[in-house]
Amino acid sequence: MKIGVLALQGAVAEHARSVEAVGAEAVLVKRVEQLDELDGLILPGGESTAMRRLIDRYDFLEPLRAFGTSGKPIFGTCAGMILLAKEINNQQTNHLGLMDVKVERNAFGRQVDSFETDLPIKGVADDFPAVFIRAPYILEAGPGVEVLSEDTGRIVAARDRHYLATAFHPELTDDRRLIAYFHDMVEEAAKANV
Amino acid sequence: MAKTGTDLVKRGMAEMQKGGVIMDVVNAEQAKIAEEAGAVAVMALERVPSDIRAAGGVARMADPTIVEEVVNAVSIPVMAKARIGHIVEARVLESMGVDYIDESEVLTPADEQYHLNKREFTVPFVCGSRDLGEAARRIGEGASMLRTKGEPGTGNIVEAVRHMRMVQSQVRKLLSMDLDEVMTFAKELGAPYEVLLQIREAGKLPVVNFAAGGVATPADAALMMQLGADGVFVGSGIFKSDNPAKFAKAIVEATTHYQDYKLIAELSKGLGTPMKGIDIASLSPENRMQERGW
Repeated sequence: MKIGVLALQGAVAEHARSVEAVGAEAVLVKRVEQLDELDGLILPGGESTAMRRLIDRYDFLEPLRAFGTSGKPIFGTCAGMILLAKEINNQQTNHLGLMDVKVERNAFGRQVDSFETDLPIKGVADDFPAVFIRAPYILEAGPGVEVLSEDTGRIVAARDRHYLATAFHPELTDDRRLIAYFHDMVEEAAKANV
Repeated sequence: MAKTGTDLVKRGMAEMQKGGVIMDVVNAEQAKIAEEAGAVAVMALERVPSDIRAAGGVARMADPTIVEEVVNAVSIPVMAKARIGHIVEARVLESMGVDYIDESEVLTPADEQYHLNKREFTVPFVCGSRDLGEAARRIGEGASMLRTKGEPGTGNIVEAVRHMRMVQSQVRKLLSMDLDEVMTFAKELGAPYEVLLQIREAGKLPVVNFAAGGVATPADAALMMQLGADGVFVGSGIFKSDNPAKFAKAIVEATTHYQDYKLIAELSKGLGTPMKGIDIASLSPENRMQERGW
């Protein structure tokens, strides 16, 4: 399996390491053509506004949407979750708009409020180490969205068909259970498309 | 349960800035231009380094009004500078919700012997370093991010190159040496032994290392990325140029695509006059900001 990491800005190397740790090939995606060779894609953490500028600059927006609508899995972490969301609170426009959720940016506060905690994630782990950095969360999830994890009543991990999103950063720890879960999604999607 | 201010949370914040550009700004309007251009963070200052250099006198933490104005203007993280060893300036900035503090040699040091004990703070810190000894001491004190010192406000990349190469080559040396040799290497560098052991275990510095101090063109930014910088700070360069918005975008793109030379050529066209720049040899030692820090 080839899993790409959108490498315009952010914690790219950490995701690439975790992809390789579960036995897939990691591709650092800087150009639109590279999307063709992928079975799945990760939108990493970073600054969503900075990433969006670069997405626009290199005409990535429509190819990324097409990648998603073709049925290939996408996993967004933190800023990646904001890119995936259909709606962003207090903003007129969205980015990719692929996942049926409404998100709030910097929803836990500023950097001094950033935190780590252990969370249960449905179908993944009872005690997943979750690192939240100026993190967003999901305010509202559509009817087809499966909520995988909540922290004090706020949705922080969810799956909508072949889209997976977390408000926290699984790539910053050595716990590979969540990336293994995404790897399974990629394998299933590849089988279904054969 | 939920823990704030841990190493993972503080260092992780800097990991999210990788591959990006952090820009010096002195007001809300500049902060918005920086955000629009794709900056990953802004550094709120009263004066950019070249103006600090020109003004002389004691350079201090910015007026909180400026920091507040910038914090309210943008959604990207806001950093601010405190004087080396100035516990209260750092605490004031932390209380205002600044996302990262630069304990910076650009400002006049408040303490000529001791840096801040950065482990005591919830807010993370970035510090400058010229070699692995300085880098390891700052990590030992709790810095969560490093940057080259370079020579700020000169528009001359030569010192940043020197500092980046120095740290990289000393890390390579550390990784290849016999364990028996590490204690003496620590003594020579003035580096905490335990930090050197951590670097050996990880195979790299435990925190990101950005380029700073003298980045004046898109090609300078790309050069620093090629030398192994995790990202770039741009100080005086952007808002001293003829067309800041265009210049800022060009630096951001050159940082992302640092090996795409055709693109860098395109980006570098028609940017107008960059900062004039200062030859480092013409600066007397007491005018070199990089000499500050211990």
